[in-house]
Amino acid sequence: MSQFLDRLTFFRKTVEPFSDGHGIVTSEDRSWEDGYRKRWQHDKIVRSTHGVNCTGSCSWKIYVKGGIVTWETQQTDYPRTRPDLPNHEPRGCARGASYSWYLYSGARVKYPMVRGRLLKLWREARAKLSPVAAWASIVEDADKRHAYTSIRGHGGLVRSTWDEVNEIIASANAYTAKKHGPDRIIGFSPIPAMSMVSYAAGSRYLSLLGGTCMSFYDWYCDLPPASPQTWGEQTDVPESADWYNAGFLLVWGSNVPQTRTPDAHFYTEVRYKGTKSAVVSPDYAEATKFADIWLNPKQGTDAALALAMGHVILREYHLDRQVGYFGDYARRYTDMPFLVRLAEKGGRLVPERLLRASELAGGLGEANNPEWKTVAIDEASGEPVAPRGAIGYRWGEEAKWNLEEKDGEGRDIRLKLSLAGEGAEFAPVDFPYFGGRASEHFTATEHDEILTRNLPVRTIETATGERVKVATVYDLTMANYGLDRGFGGGNVAVNYDDDVPFTPAWAERVTGVKRDAIVTVAREFATNAEKTDGRSMVILGAGLNHWYHMDMSYRGIINLLVFCGCIGQSGGGWSHYVGQEKLRPQTGWLPLAFALDWARPPRQQNSTSFFYAHTDQWRYETLTAAEIVSPTAPDGEWNDSFIDYNVRAERMGWLPSAPQLKQNPLTIAANAKAAGLEPKDYVAKALKSGDLELSCHDPDDPANWPRNMFVWRSNLLGSSGKGHEYFLRHLLGTKHGVQREDLGAEGAVRSKEVVWHDKAPEGKLDLLVTLDFRMSTTCVYSDIVLPTATWYEKNDLNTSDMHPFIHPLSAAVDPAWEARSDWDIYKGLAKTFSEVAPEVLGVEEDVVLTPIQHDSPGEMAQAFDVADWKRGEVEPIPGKTMPTVSVVSRDYPNLYARFTALGPLMEKVGNGGKGIAWKTGHEVEGLGRLNGVHATGAAKGLPKIETDIDAAEVILSLAPETNGEVAVKAWEALSKVTGRDHTHLALPKEDEKIRYRDIQAQPRKIISSPTWSGIESEKVCYNAGYTNVHELIPWRTLTGRQQLYQDHLWMRAFGEGLVTWKPPVDLKAVRGISGMKPNGNKEIALNFITPHQKWGIHSTYSDNLLMLTLNRGGPVVWISEDDAKSAGIVDNDWVEVFNANGALTARAVVSQRVKSGMMMMYHAQEKIVNTPGSEITGNRGGIHNSVTRIVLKPTHMIGGYAQLAYGFNYYGTVGANRDEFIVVRKMAKVDWLEDPLTAEAPMEAAE
Amino acid sequence: MSSAINSALFGWYPYLCLTVFLLGSLIRFDREPYTWKTGSSQLLRKRQLRWGSNLFHVGILIIFVGHFFGLLTPVWLLDALYISHGFKQVLAMVVGGLAGVACFIGISLLAHRRLFDPRIRATSSFGDTAILLLLWLQLTLGLSTIFVSAQHLDGHEMVKFMSWAQGILTLQPAAAGFVADVSPIFKAHLLLGMTIFLVFPFTRLVHVWSAPVWYLGRPGYQVVRTRRSLKPAGREVIAARRPRRDAMTIRPTHQPAE
Repeated sequence: MSQFLDRLTFFRKTVEPFSDGHGIVTSEDRSWEDGYRKRWQHDKIVRSTHGVNCTGSCSWKIYVKGGIVTWETQQTDYPRTRPDLPNHEPRGCARGASYSWYLYSGARVKYPMVRGRLLKLWREARAKLSPVAAWASIVEDADKRHAYTSIRGHGGLVRSTWDEVNEIIASANAYTAKKHGPDRIIGFSPIPAMSMVSYAAGSRYLSLLGGTCMSFYDWYCDLPPASPQTWGEQTDVPESADWYNAGFLLVWGSNVPQTRTPDAHFYTEVRYKGTKSAVVSPDYAEATKFADIWLNPKQGTDAALALAMGHVILREYHLDRQVGYFGDYARRYTDMPFLVRLAEKGGRLVPERLLRASELAGGLGEANNPEWKTVAIDEASGEPVAPRGAIGYRWGEEAKWNLEEKDGEGRDIRLKLSLAGEGAEFAPVDFPYFGGRASEHFTATEHDEILTRNLPVRTIETATGERVKVATVYDLTMANYGLDRGFGGGNVAVNYDDDVPFTPAWAERVTGVKRDAIVTVAREFATNAEKTDGRSMVILGAGLNHWYHMDMSYRGIINLLVFCGCIGQSGGGWSHYVGQEKLRPQTGWLPLAFALDWARPPRQQNSTSFFYAHTDQWRYETLTAAEIVSPTAPDGEWNDSFIDYNVRAERMGWLPSAPQLKQNPLTIAANAKAAGLEPKDYVAKALKSGDLELSCHDPDDPANWPRNMFVWRSNLLGSSGKGHEYFLRHLLGTKHGVQREDLGAEGAVRSKEVVWHDKAPEGKLDLLVTLDFRMSTTCVYSDIVLPTATWYEKNDLNTSDMHPFIHPLSAAVDPAWEARSDWDIYKGLAKTFSEVAPEVLGVEEDVVLTPIQHDSPGEMAQAFDVADWKRGEVEPIPGKTMPTVSVVSRDYPNLYARFTALGPLMEKVGNGGKGIAWKTGHEVEGLGRLNGVHATGAAKGLPKIETDIDAAEVILSLAPETNGEVAVKAWEALSKVTGRDHTHLALPKEDEKIRYRDIQAQPRKIISSPTWSGIESEKVCYNAGYTNVHELIPWRTLTGRQQLYQDHLWMRAFGEGLVTWKPPVDLKAVRGISGMKPNGNKEIALNFITPHQKWGIHSTYSDNLLMLTLNRGGPVVWISEDDAKSAGIVDNDWVEVFNANGALTARAVVSQRVKSGMMMMYHAQEKIVNTPGSEITGNRGGIHNSVTRIVLKPTHMIGGYAQLAYGFNYYGTVGANRDEFIVVRKMAKVDWLEDPLTAEAPMEAAE
Repeated sequence: MSSAINSALFGWYPYLCLTVFLLGSLIRFDREPYTWKTGSSQLLRKRQLRWGSNLFHVGILIIFVGHFFGLLTPVWLLDALYISHGFKQVLAMVVGGLAGVACFIGISLLAHRRLFDPRIRATSSFGDTAILLLLWLQLTLGLSTIFVSAQHLDGHEMVKFMSWAQGILTLQPAAAGFVADVSPIFKAHLLLGMTIFLVFPFTRLVHVWSAPVWYLGRPGYQVVRTRRSLKPAGREVIAARRPRRDAMTIRPTHQPAE
């Protein structure tokens, strides 16, 4: 009753002594203890995880008390591993443990919000007009449109209701589809693996609409293009448990304990087993403490280091002493025995493309695709043969696409690696050298631009009687690495101390790493692989991949692994961990996500090219192709600007386009009918005649603008938006900090293919809608913000490449305030759209252009040359020399019915992935019984997908990884192509079906599937390339082997046929900027590096109070002590970082950790927290991407060419950003821009 | 000073202060038990605390005891013990003065620390700082009275205060008349002292109530508080009020679920 009265116990105080009176037992009141005890009491625990792109994918216990999420702790119930392998847990880091803060924080978006000015306009218009007409009246009036687009990011968001926002968005979408075309409605959401159903909700809505889904893995620059180039595989890597099987771990540009925290324990544990580890990192990164030896090259010079290591390994393990395992591996699993034509150019020889069977007499007996079958010499007969496994065997015939040592007719063969030997012919061959082109910040060496080296060749007579010289990739590789094999000639070395590319002595000059250290690490790496048959592993990451010439670093490292036979061996291989790309039940998810059950193909776009064009970054291009083209480039014009290369790639069907055509795609089918032509013939003809125009030729024409944009599960404008200030200026049309004028104003060379407008558009988007649970930077810039469920308030699925489990996000509590799950938001939007659309839309025929796809027969498009129909070099043939053309029927009034039902194509056409297909009738029937079927309406009789759990069951039922029956079907389908039985990999699990409630009970290990190149078994951990090596399934490349030689014309033009050293490119963003707006403090130029967060939830969530408290409570940049001293900066000073692209403000962390000459700014520190105004721009300081701008690389645009063919997030241009330099100086005045508003700044007025 | 004001300040104001002091403490103890604490800042900064806190506490305890007995000992008892008023006054001045100086040094250190250490300042509530400054002021006033007292060492002024205090405590508001003509410094000291009683329940001073005096007479050196009923039985009043756990359970069983 009363704390006080209860204590008045003088008359009944009992005291009981014990231990001879040394102690007493009292009966004092103990109820006060309940206060502490209740702190840890809870009503229930629910399993969920964090839908964040950190690759952790850790299962968590979410504690709920009184309907409120209180805290979270790590789950510890993962299925056990096998004996002698540590278990996966504990998984989960301090960042994950801080997540529950968001649910009830001030950062939470609680209600649907709309920009006030837009809402006012909408309500006025809606009072008089129907929904679509109301929207038209706003966006067709330039003043009204400008009124709300020009104040984006300046406050003024007000509360609305779900009914109202749904109607605005649906009207905008319907208007845009009718007026411009549905491909002007675009959506950006990344990394489905982090919450597949939430991703699928938006992409399903967009795909049913005919809208465009934007890629992310390439845009984030997490995609290593070297992987598709070498293996025909987007990315496939060992799970972290496989680190424990490694004998030597080379950790290169990946900060394991900081960015793979839940996996780092395997790295610790394997070192107790005796595994040695070398760490390569320019700064003293956290991973460095694990190292037995630390190599710290100058940032951006990793390729040079890898080449020197390769030089040592080839010298000591392939030439002077030949390791049997290494040689055998090279012969069977790489393209090294294959023959390359040597082209004569001005009396000199340059490596050209791979020789094809079709070029030899009788096509070597091959009638099917002989121009896509590569050729090598058989050791026994000494004659050219066309070994199995080449891409020509994959399509058009059965049972010969495998890595058996046989030719097409089944004869046993053994390929010859080198043409050296008795009676060999030798010739000098030219190799490009780019090392002399380094900018003043890097070391340029004075070697020739062309390095001529002698190597063994053979003269072959072709079917046409032409005599061509050929060499093997093996011999070219040896020469390329500068190894003296006694063939005479220059530019080769015997001695590691010779200054010849690419010896250790040469690398010491370029990288700053001592040659002895390079030799030691190379030897230990290879010796371990020799003793263990390939158990040497490289863990690598963003530190390398975010550079413009990332392919060179990656291919240099991949070569080390290939030379030592490590790819496809447990405990060995290539462990690239950048982004949670591993969507394990991918083939089950694709139909749901892109509405393939209703219409195929979907519209997909590579974001890098899209944003380059539509944020007008191309108008500010400073890099020229001449700076990166090879001195040995084949004849031709190679000095186009990068947007020109991209336009050519789009029209040749290599890369996708969005928007696709200047004309509305809903109008084309009718025109074709009027002309009496098939739509695809009509489009080809009309493109040639100019009746139809591709949008990419004029991205600034209002007819070609993207109009509506959805952003969900992403913080595009606060995190990944490279060239942030260009986004603000051109895509959004609001205040920006761009510091340099465009090429027109500067009088520089402009594009040849793209129309130039003297005044660039500002504000291309009519409507920007963002779904988020917190008020992120992107939300702040949006017109409509929709409150979503957090990761503890929705049901979803999650997988990662770091472990083999699938596990859920589950709703521990209902979404707080008015929030809804992503599934419910898009479902609600679909419903409103179906009600609003009939005002202008009915059932429409939509003409869709798609690029030539990888893993389809189309990837054999142009075998030898590159011919462009626009230049009259060839006819436009859809799917061959231009994009594929399809007609898709859109039933707009029934979009909602389609959204909520599994469409008929699953039963009619079936499912598949990566080039194989199987029937799914049984699974569809099962889903009908599980989810129920629609009783009435347009989807009558079809399985329901009403809830997020229904959607999850669709994924789980259709995917081989979670449905053993499907896995067996999938392996059977692959067995047909390879002619080898692979079903034994899944048969033991045929009856296993993983359901949503199963994974809520415990994470489940997935089932082996041909979608991936690793397997799940009791004997090995998941490791990429395992089935290629052990099941003899070819890599999905031109030769079917690991492709070290890239023979495409554009590859050779840019000198990337073989790996080489290319210094970082000079983006010139600090030239003329330093000293432009002085503030009296010294300015210095540094290389700008953006690694991943330590104090943020991966790359996104840095406004979390707990994380802010751990560091300095706002944006920081790291600089070295030397640089700080020279610029007069001391620790914790406010500094400004700027260049031509914009400016940002942050506090300086002055640290010994950092190498001189570079600045590090952790990725994605929001400008909404503790960011003062910039002295340069006068606006609030920007984000890390305020000082970056993307540059495209032509070699990433190649398409229609075996492994170099487009796939969504598989290949395409990538958003590199580490070659950038900035100017840094101490701020003179820290202005928080908190002065009262004045009449002169009415723009700031939030209304 | 008019007698009405004098009567309000020294006749009635004391009752307001004492009521708030007692009732406020009781209510806070009952309603906000988790705020009942000293609020030590030792974790934030140790320096100045050892000297500051110890000097302050030793000094103030002596002063408290001195005031308590000095004011509340009946005059007849002094007389019966043949303690002269003058002697008692000088004793009070010497002992109180020494303790006051110690206390003054201590509280000055504490105040400096609280105001000028950025961490402590940032974590201090208004009440924390205010009560410290009030005590500092009160101490300064108290020490100043020594100089006034030194002008009349016969103890008759002192008897006025004793009479006033004892009168107030025996519920005679008219006792205000005893202090109607004393020095303004004394009046200020009295008023501020009563005000400290007034704000007492709203500050960290409540820890005074919880001074661990029982510790001194505690038997045994290990104390185990049990939730089972102890012998002798017959104390079922408590047991009936709140269900008891298993007799052997002493440690909490609410371990977080595995």
